[in-house]
Amino acid sequence: MEKHCIDSQVKGVSTGTTILAAIFDGGVVIGSDSRASIGGEYVSSKTINKVIQVHDRIFCCMAGSLADAQAVTKAAKFHLSFHSVQMESPPLVIAAASVLKELCYKNKEELQAGFITAGWDTKNGPQVYVVALGGMLVRQPVTIGGSGSTFIYGYVDAKYKPNMTKEECLQFATNALALAMGRDNVSGGVANLVVITETGVEHVVVPGDKLPRFHDE
Amino acid sequence: MAAAAATMMNFSQQISSKNDLVPDWTSQEVSTGTTIMAVEYDGGVVIGADSRTTTGAEEPSRTSCLCCRSGSAADTQAIADVVTYQLGFHSIELDEPPLVETAANLFRASCYRYREELTAGILVAGWDRRKGGQVYCVPIGGMLVRQPVSVGGSGSTYIYGFMDSNYKPGLTKDQCLDRNSLLESGPELGLEPGSGPGPVEPEVGPGFLLS
Repeated sequence: MEKHCIDSQVKGVSTGTTILAAIFDGGVVIGSDSRASIGGEYVSSKTINKVIQVHDRIFCCMAGSLADAQAVTKAAKFHLSFHSVQMESPPLVIAAASVLKELCYKNKEELQAGFITAGWDTKNGPQVYVVALGGMLVRQPVTIGGSGSTFIYGYVDAKYKPNMTKEECLQFATNALALAMGRDNVSGGVANLVVITETGVEHVVVPGDKLPRFHDE
Repeated sequence: MAAAAATMMNFSQQISSKNDLVPDWTSQEVSTGTTIMAVEYDGGVVIGADSRTTTGAEEPSRTSCLCCRSGSAADTQAIADVVTYQLGFHSIELDEPPLVETAANLFRASCYRYREELTAGILVAGWDRRKGGQVYCVPIGGMLVRQPVSVGGSGSTYIYGFMDSNYKPGLTKDQCLDRNSLLESGPELGLEPGSGPGPVEPEVGPGFLLS
């Protein structure tokens, strides 16, 4: 994830990672793998955390260079906390997504990044927003990103259902990440998942040996 | 005279393909955006493809063996024609239907020998008395490998996850064909978003059963 792989076979620019977010009945699950690689040849970290908290109930993850990710999310965190002080209330998820979108759009020449923002707010409940390359902002019930995501489009299209329970959604997200990590050489490690609901935030980490296994493993 | 000659040269430049008015696609080769899939089950194989491939995507080389083609339409047609001929000759010599492994090896021989010139990804599937239902994958470059389930074509990347999670060894024929499972949904899920009209019929394109 530190250097974006322009020589990857994947269509469009996306980098060594798999990220996803999905809405269930009452909340949202956001998750990613934990591998950072250089040029698809060397794993520089097996346990990197790509799911970043930008506010109490708002998380985001990014497909892109690690340096860009850290810089942009740091700026976003600052903007959001300032905004919530001004508004005297927790920021809306769309506010967080818009902050990221502004940064992506204004700096589209320098940045190569896609963001997934997921969270819960009192106005609209659980939401998932994706900021695509170039700065388009779109709201979706489920979304995937990163180089590993190409392998799970079919799985996500077939298996995602609206209004799942939390357990079903966690299993769906874990399976999707495990399938992507199984096929994509630059995604791997553990599955980092965060469950966001009205009542709070829960971190779930599924280590490599506890990930679901499939027919050829 | 010189002025006339200059005008003539200008005219021929206008119709060269470097001219903006001539669209790019006229100088590009026809390629198939494809998803192909083949699955072994207990007693045979099921093979299928999205129907947006060119007609004749499933080429009966012999009635007991089929192949699915992806990549350059011209290349794969040419290879399939050659293999059909070779298999026909071979089966006369043998005086019995050829083995699926033989057909797969013939594909591999052509794909490997001419690997620099060809762009062809082929799945060969069939049934014979020796090994039952078999699926062989001959990707670009000319490797040959037998696999219980295999996908190919440009749309295949999107359904690797679906295939890994849904396939189990020991499926029955009905399970392979079941609407919500492997073969019916696979090629449909592999259709690339926004890449033109989908399958002509609501069902996924033809699936050939061999047992």
